[in-house]
Amino acid sequence: MDESVLTDHSRGVKKERHSSGWGKKLAPYLLSLPSGLWLLLLFIVPLGILLIQSLETCSPATGACVMTWSWGELPHQVSLYHQQFITSLIFAAVATLIDLVISFPIAYWIAFYGGRRKNFFLIMLLVPFFVSFIIRTIVWEFILSNNGFILTFLRNQHLVPSGFHVLGTSYAVIAGLAYNYLPFTALPLYVAIERIDRRVLDAAYDLYANRREAFLRVILPLSMPGIFAAFLLTFIPAFGDYVNQEILGGTSNTMIGTVIQNSFLVNFDYAGGASLSVVLLAVALLGIWLYARLLGTSTINEYL
Amino acid sequence: MTDSARAHVPESVAKGREVVACLEHVTKIFDDAPAVDDLNLEIYEGEFFSLLGPSGCGKTTSLRMLGGFEEPTSGRILLGGRDVTYQAPYHRDVNTVFQSYALFPHLNVFENVAFGLRRRHLEKAEVARRVGSLLEIVDLPNFEKRRAAQLSGGQQQRVALARALVNEPKLLLLDEPMSALDAKLRRQMQIELKRIQTQVGITFLYVTHDQEEAMTMSDRLAVMRAGKIEGIGSPRDVYDSPSTEFVATFLGASNLLTGEITSTGGPFATVTMSDASTLSVPSDRVPDTGGATNVKVGVRPEKISIGAANASTPPGHNALRGQVRVSTFTGVGNQYLVDTASGVELTVYAQNIGQESAPRSGDNVTLTWPAEHTFAVRPMRGGRRDDEEPSEGE
Repeated sequence: MDESVLTDHSRGVKKERHSSGWGKKLAPYLLSLPSGLWLLLLFIVPLGILLIQSLETCSPATGACVMTWSWGELPHQVSLYHQQFITSLIFAAVATLIDLVISFPIAYWIAFYGGRRKNFFLIMLLVPFFVSFIIRTIVWEFILSNNGFILTFLRNQHLVPSGFHVLGTSYAVIAGLAYNYLPFTALPLYVAIERIDRRVLDAAYDLYANRREAFLRVILPLSMPGIFAAFLLTFIPAFGDYVNQEILGGTSNTMIGTVIQNSFLVNFDYAGGASLSVVLLAVALLGIWLYARLLGTSTINEYL
Repeated sequence: MTDSARAHVPESVAKGREVVACLEHVTKIFDDAPAVDDLNLEIYEGEFFSLLGPSGCGKTTSLRMLGGFEEPTSGRILLGGRDVTYQAPYHRDVNTVFQSYALFPHLNVFENVAFGLRRRHLEKAEVARRVGSLLEIVDLPNFEKRRAAQLSGGQQQRVALARALVNEPKLLLLDEPMSALDAKLRRQMQIELKRIQTQVGITFLYVTHDQEEAMTMSDRLAVMRAGKIEGIGSPRDVYDSPSTEFVATFLGASNLLTGEITSTGGPFATVTMSDASTLSVPSDRVPDTGGATNVKVGVRPEKISIGAANASTPPGHNALRGQVRVSTFTGVGNQYLVDTASGVELTVYAQNIGQESAPRSGDNVTLTWPAEHTFAVRPMRGGRRDDEEPSEGE
């Protein structure tokens, strides 16, 4: 890289900027205007409406809502649906854990041994996810169904009892969640592992760390930023997910996403649904905060 | 392996002492091209040994095979008499200072240095004691809590050195550790490194492409080219009587003249140039030419005295006549480019010791030097310096 060329170039840019002082000051705001408007209209405003709605009382007959500052709605909804909250929490946590365990070796292998075909392997990992979320989940319904090829085969081999089924169980929902959110785990992990200097691994071996110790003492801590990002990107959407439960689950393992969906679309209880959404948001934020505190993102940031 | 046992190591050439590391007929082939070609090398206890050569000569590959990061295609590697050819790096009593230092970015200085000791399950107090004393030796006290990213290049290098030395290895491998430092810091660290090596008494194997670095610090050095060692010995021996044309040109500057051996026997051989002038070369510095008479005669620029055209040649000296083409004043001396009668351009370096009249360009001069400072080498295959070969992918 020729440094003199770079400095010359930046000097040129500076000159141009000096010629129009106003443009220089406004540029960052003008540049962030589209995304700012986007966020405002499609995120901040709806979120505000949701927060307001959670404090309103709606008439079941007409659907009209009035602001009543009914703070009691939040604990009321929690007491009604705490079981579904816990189910969601467990399902999302288990699915995230499964994804981390499955993705880590894949991401590690692509990053360290992918060579020139790294991008090819990444695309291969993502190809199934070019298909719509719903369709993928419905395909899983076929795979796991009682007459699907897996269960038929297992039954014919007498490996499982004749009444054995997967669909409708918690396992099916967790499997669906883990499957659907895998790329959200694999990609941030890959990015983090790819950044690890191979020579640092050599240094660990040189300093008497065997393969297991090198992994635990060097690779894993240096992957922490990726693990953290993977956790956020997988756990949070999985926590609020309702599609997997809807398609693969049964009646005993309802997740909070399904409850919220029903509140809005089936029971027309907008205030209740909004309250649950606010609680969901709060729980997710609390989870992130706890996780960051426990794993210490500050130490991660220090060497990034 | 106590500290006291290592305390004092004389700086003399380590001949006759215990062999710490040994490469026997080691060959390493990458993609059909040999990076290291039937290499034989012995490194003695307590010495500072340098592997010197241009990039792609196989010096780093040799070091990585000693460290256990590469397996040789054939041959044997011995450490302290034990065959470690296929042993994993974490089982070898060898530590490495990597080119980029490769400090652990998630650990502070103390934990970086303690890493090897912790893997060997030393007691906490012992770990703290040894890390503390090593940080003292590399002149980084009170740096324990800092992170690698908060250190300057020179400091990172000291940590990397401490991290390797704290384990008291049989052999310390250093892979161009100075290449990321600026010239001034590099010169400082050369002296520092030599001091540390003398203090801890551990055998150092230093890989570098910088001939000045290798000569400044080494007890012995080997010049490598295309996977083979072309010259080995103390810096003075290798410099003063280079064994090949490549060594003569890579290690310092050399004037090389093509000639033919016309007489041998006795303490000096005679080499005749194309213009029929003759030069005397000490017989022990004439290579085994295998019957061929073509050689290149060499003399170092600083060995030559430059005098007036009519000056007489002192006895036992070689003399050549020529015309000064360029005269450059460099402060500490004068550098001349002199065209000789045989058409070869010679470089002459004269120290600035206050002599009254320096020759100017265009002057006719006589170049003389003691015959014992002359050497002869076989002409190089291909006749070019191979220092621009593609590098050996790390």
